Amino acid sequence: MTEKVYFDHNATTAIDKKVLGVMMPYLEMQQGNPTSQHSFGRHARTAIEEAREQVALAIHAHPTEVIFTSGGTEANNMIVHGAAIKNAQSTLVRSNIEHPCVSRPMEALTHQGWHQDLLKVNHEGVISKEAYKNINANNIGLVSVMLANNETGAIQDMSNLSNFAKEKKALSHTDAVQAFGKIDVRFDDMHIDAMTLSSHKIYGPQGVGALILNKRSDIEPLIYGGGQEKNLRSGTENIAAIVGFGKACELISESMKITSTHTRELQKTLEMSLKELGAVIFAENVARLSNTTFFAFKDIEGSTLLTALDKKGFAIASGSACSSVNKEPSHVLLAMGIDEDLARGALRISFGNQNTIHEVNNFMETLKQELQTLKQLTAIAA
Amino acid sequence: MAYSDKVLDHYENPRNVGTLDKDDPHVGTGMVGAPACGDVMKLQIKVSDDGVIEDAKFKTYGCGSAIASSSLVTEWLKGKTLDQASEIKNSAIAEELALPPVKIHCSVLAEDAIKSAIADLKSKQGK
Amino acid sequence: MTKDIARKPIYLDYSSTTPIDPRVAEKMIPFITEHFGNPASRSHSFGWTAEKAVEEAREEVAKLVNADPREIVWTSGATESNNLAIKGASHFYSTKGKHILTVATEHKAVIDAFRELEREGYTATYLEPEPNGLVDLEKFKKAIRPDTVLASVMFVNNEIGVIQDIEALGNICREQKVIFHVDAAQATGKVDIDLEKLPVDLMSFSAHKTYGPKGIGALYVRRKPRIRIEAQMHGGGHERGMRSGTLATHQIVAMGEAFRIARIEMQLENERIRKLRDKLLHGLQDMEEVYVNGDLKQRIPHNLNISFNYVEGESLIMAVKDIAVSSGSACTSASLEPSYVLRALGRSDELAHSSIRFSIGRFTTEADVDFTIQLLKEKIQKLRELSPLWDMYKDGIDISKVEWAAH
Repeated sequence: MTEKVYFDHNATTAIDKKVLGVMMPYLEMQQGNPTSQHSFGRHARTAIEEAREQVALAIHAHPTEVIFTSGGTEANNMIVHGAAIKNAQSTLVRSNIEHPCVSRPMEALTHQGWHQDLLKVNHEGVISKEAYKNINANNIGLVSVMLANNETGAIQDMSNLSNFAKEKKALSHTDAVQAFGKIDVRFDDMHIDAMTLSSHKIYGPQGVGALILNKRSDIEPLIYGGGQEKNLRSGTENIAAIVGFGKACELISESMKITSTHTRELQKTLEMSLKELGAVIFAENVARLSNTTFFAFKDIEGSTLLTALDKKGFAIASGSACSSVNKEPSHVLLAMGIDEDLARGALRISFGNQNTIHEVNNFMETLKQELQTLKQLTAIAA
Repeated sequence: MAYSDKVLDHYENPRNVGTLDKDDPHVGTGMVGAPACGDVMKLQIKVSDDGVIEDAKFKTYGCGSAIASSSLVTEWLKGKTLDQASEIKNSAIAEELALPPVKIHCSVLAEDAIKSAIADLKSKQGK
Repeated sequence: MTKDIARKPIYLDYSSTTPIDPRVAEKMIPFITEHFGNPASRSHSFGWTAEKAVEEAREEVAKLVNADPREIVWTSGATESNNLAIKGASHFYSTKGKHILTVATEHKAVIDAFRELEREGYTATYLEPEPNGLVDLEKFKKAIRPDTVLASVMFVNNEIGVIQDIEALGNICREQKVIFHVDAAQATGKVDIDLEKLPVDLMSFSAHKTYGPKGIGALYVRRKPRIRIEAQMHGGGHERGMRSGTLATHQIVAMGEAFRIARIEMQLENERIRKLRDKLLHGLQDMEEVYVNGDLKQRIPHNLNISFNYVEGESLIMAVKDIAVSSGSACTSASLEPSYVLRALGRSDELAHSSIRFSIGRFTTEADVDFTIQLLKEKIQKLRELSPLWDMYKDGIDISKVEWAAH
């Protein structure tokens, strides 16, 4: 069998060997609880603080602003919950294309006295300056807009977010899980209060992420206990994963420019061929991640194509991994006003640093064949 | 807790551990702190007729920094007059031992112990 | 003490965290390097492989505690499990009432989740245990009120290792229709847990106390009768909506393997560890004025918590830096407060301060124990020679009667 081709890097990435290398001692040898006072514990504590500096450096934040969590989902839940609790009955504002781990906690809070207001994206998946003007609420507990969308890859203008937040005196947050490692992310220049990062999207291990929280911002914890992470996130630190995350941050900072140039080339080739076959590419004409292509063919069943491609050894996705459990059309595409039938057929290709032009060409060959087969079947059925 | 080398040295090899006869009119005894707070320091000084500290001994129940603080002051006290001794400040102790902020109270305790020992001596000698 | 070789300290802090068993690491690493898929990716085999491994691990965790795999929800660890169980069930059933009950010696994660609920308007009772650390059943029963919605009692205490009578406590909760949560982070692989028999509704687990990795745990949520909880992390709807977030496949796989090994080796391992613990106990009991904290019989063999009177705790830890032990719980040793667990047992502050928790585990040897006994004897003697309190004790002075200047 030929080597499998992985085109689903927005779902998760394979860990970098160098990352694994720094993690191994913590997986194989005696490790201490970082809270313990003995040498094992102190060693673990030092390792965590070094990782914190690596994370901070990669995004231009101060190490004290880095709060380690069990991943992006927790960090997003933490900021939504934590900001909301600090500001009872307030309005929580988000875009209508947020990841469920921002939208669902907000929705849950609407049953407990909070309000929710949505910033609406345009047909290209972008929130315009004007969209912010439609938010009339004044007591805003949090405004959260993701930096790059996991499905379309469309990038939002953070200055619109920060200006809005400043005007409304609201806490601002961006989910940078997909953007981090693919574009330059500078927390200090964005003038926002909080940001979410995840390790397993940047060739780091799963099970760890961070909430970057501006020193001036005050939120309530989501998980209480031993008081780790300056009382903001209790629970014994996941040292191996944290150390791996730190290293992954260091590596991604070094390689980001090269990788994004490379994936941009792959993306160009891919999208040119896709369009020749008649594909619609979503968010095609806006600032977009260089690794992400979200597309659909009219009248082609997405899930059938997906399964066929997997059998041929190509791992791609329909929308986000988290929602691929259900057969609902992508909420992001619906928010963009895309026709429901077209949205249902949407497929996502997300490149990573190991993908080659050769793989892209092979993929296009296979796709052409599969489309041919599907069209024939449809023709017979009709 | 990272201890400085000086703390570790005093802790590993405490100077002037012991007891002087507390009934001796030339001996002043200071006992400060409380077991419930996690440290008790006993400091004794023996003072010559011309007011110079000839000997100093300590016993301390407490953390490494408390032990080091009291060990250090016994070294400093010897040869000093009572007036000089009463001028020893906790900040000097903390600085010498490079105590972290959470351990500053150990140096305060040592300063208190000196004061208490001098007061005891003075009250004994009816001054 | 010989200092001729620069040796690694002897690790006797297994209750704080355990090393990963090499067999666990071996099973885990391929899931970092090769099978790295996102288990929620349903569209390709990378995801399917991950999902299958996650489900196998779920079965192993369920097997150790005789539960149905569908009753196991993955979390980032016992702290998250405790928060999810306590807040999640209290919120879901808040119409029943807003009183919650726990024990003063619970882990911080439980206590602090209770404190948070108190801020939300719940009333909490923190029951004092008996001097041996065990909960008196009658007192427990009396503490339950008509509006009690949830009770939380840990299976095995992290500091003193005592085992609560979970079955009896659970039966009381059942009679009173109170949701019963048990923090079993310190119990897995040490005591038999049979959730088919035990009347427990929610139970928290941790991997890194049972030779698995840090950052992974689980919450048992009973299906019959069905217990509902409100999620505290919302998102992709993983774990049947109870806990969203991408699962760390390698960590889950490792937890499954760790729990599988625990199930198979528990009996033999406990016997071996009991012998080592008893040896340590006898060795240390030779000294004057040493006190064992917590009941010795109803206790896991892995734990020995001893107070050395007239010796201060932190200096004791410094003195024994050739062994890695805890004074009080690891989670509180950053603060200088004496252990709240020992204080709840009625131990004086001094005795609480001078306590050491020895926790023995899979890789502890007899030589480690011999070394520890010798080291402790030498250092305790040295520190007592330094201690003015020891002198007073030897002079027959009752220290508790002395009036100490407030400091």
